[in-house]
Amino acid sequence: MSERTTAEHAGPLGLVRYASRVGGQGPTAGRTGRRWRALVWVIPGLALVLVFVYYPLVLNFWYSASKLNLFTGELSFVGLDNYTRMANDPVFWRSLVNNVLYAGISVVFQVFFALVLAAVIESQVKSGRWRAALRSIYFLPSAMSLTVTGLLFSFIYQPEGGLLNGILDAVGLDHLQQAWLGNSSTAMLAIIAMSQWQGFGYSTLLFAVAIQRIPNEIYEAASIDGVGPFRQIFTVTIPLIREMTGLMMIVTMSGAFQVFNEVMVMTSGGPDNSTHVLGTWLYRSGFVKNDFGYAAAIAVVIFVITLALAIVQVRYTSRKRVVW
Amino acid sequence: MSATTATIATGVARADGRRPSTTLDRRAFWHLIGRLLVLGGLIGLVIIVIYPMLWMGIGSLKTNTEILSDPFALPASPDLSSYGRAIDRGVGVYFVNSVIVTGASVVFTTLLSAWAAYGLTRVTIPFSRTILMVIVGGLMLAPTVAVIPLVKLLQAWGIYDTYWALILLYTAFRVPFTTFLIRSYMIDLPSSVDEAAFIDGASRAQIFWRITMPMCKPILVSAVVLQILFAWNEFLFALIFVGTESLKTLPVGLATLSSRAVTDYPAVFAGMTIAAVPMIVLFFLSQKYFVRGLADGIGK
Repeated sequence: MSERTTAEHAGPLGLVRYASRVGGQGPTAGRTGRRWRALVWVIPGLALVLVFVYYPLVLNFWYSASKLNLFTGELSFVGLDNYTRMANDPVFWRSLVNNVLYAGISVVFQVFFALVLAAVIESQVKSGRWRAALRSIYFLPSAMSLTVTGLLFSFIYQPEGGLLNGILDAVGLDHLQQAWLGNSSTAMLAIIAMSQWQGFGYSTLLFAVAIQRIPNEIYEAASIDGVGPFRQIFTVTIPLIREMTGLMMIVTMSGAFQVFNEVMVMTSGGPDNSTHVLGTWLYRSGFVKNDFGYAAAIAVVIFVITLALAIVQVRYTSRKRVVW
Repeated sequence: MSATTATIATGVARADGRRPSTTLDRRAFWHLIGRLLVLGGLIGLVIIVIYPMLWMGIGSLKTNTEILSDPFALPASPDLSSYGRAIDRGVGVYFVNSVIVTGASVVFTTLLSAWAAYGLTRVTIPFSRTILMVIVGGLMLAPTVAVIPLVKLLQAWGIYDTYWALILLYTAFRVPFTTFLIRSYMIDLPSSVDEAAFIDGASRAQIFWRITMPMCKPILVSAVVLQILFAWNEFLFALIFVGTESLKTLPVGLATLSSRAVTDYPAVFAGMTIAAVPMIVLFFLSQKYFVRGLADGIGK
């Protein structure tokens, strides 16, 4: 076991920091003309990224300070007007709180629960085939589109013929039955619950891969020291993959601030705007209410939050880490 | 396993005619309870995951009345006609659109990313580390943030509401990830083969196609399956940049179908099944590559 900085092993964003420190010179040096001509390898990809990813981002800042109607083409500068309106918009704050709630619950289920689940599978299930089968089954919902899982859960939550009310009835809890998505006090949690069902297997799979990379000798040493397999989960496995845990926390939170598809499909933000998240409020403000400048200002908020998380991720992944 | 061993050990002790160790017995007992709890939990979770999916499949075989009555009942006479109705109501068209957009974006994303990865690892390029930072840095930007300016941009270029809108966006927003993935694989490949071929007079392009690409096959397969999964399931861009019914892809088309076909739930269930099954099959066929791509993509 040795300690070294391994930007190459630090994930995509770790690389950004790595590239900013170390040169990326190829093996063969050519004359200047050939060197410039060599740019053809990267130009197509680079151009697409610049035009479709970076340029709109810059433009979005300008739009966020404008009154903009994309259908009529109207565009006029209004300064910080959109932002002051945003500060006084209860639905904006409601959306932000919903995103935070989404992030918090997702961290519990898709990071902590998934981590323990992966550790339990890897240490307690003896047959390799069964381990693989469990990992795959839990992952399956992540292979389905959020439209499909969202619609599926809309049916599950339905008051008439819905599976959830049916189950509550079957176990004698029929007093809890309700229109889960039609009630503003349960709708958001119902959507978030669907999201946990959909996503926990994805992080479980990634944790399992990280656990498999822990060398067996460490477990053998722990066994010799009298640490039982269950306690090893907490004394060996979880401490040794804390890098992955940190990374998954950031990735999960970042995802929670970009939620859109499931909310659009299940409630479109209703009832009474109770399930709006930043993404759906942006969509509604722009594409339904024609207030594209305001929508661009919401986009700036999403940008700032996700960028902050990405920067944390870059710093996190480029730290010194334990490598075997 | 160790629970079984412990039980056998006690059994042996009894057979010897000696008094069985009560501490061992008790420990074996709790161990067994623990194992049963773990097993029960894992199986319970399997049911929680699988049952809603089966419920979807079974729902597609029911009648509308059956769906609205008892959620646990099986269809009295399984009826496949819902699939025909789903396809007639647009799912057939959405499916073809999804295939076109996914296919084209897979080809473009993989090729452009492999070129970029090759250029960044094998060729001396001016400003190569800046270029690397810019491309991979694209991962930090949430697609939601770009949506409004992109409407204007795509309108100006006349590709708003066409296949090209989705193909170009699915490529541009996935080149950062895919380049990262392929680059991190290429960088570990020995470059001695390349250099030998170069000395033998092979051109850069020949080396790329004949030597590097075949050597990168495993990671290219990972890149392809992850891109298929992304493009097949993408919703935000598909909702905003395509409005024409005949150009919609499955995720948006299904949402439209469910809001229109409120009197034909079985058809909606059938449409959902049609959208989900190809990705589930893909996952089972290429699990190894899936896992590798996902794991390497987040940091190996």
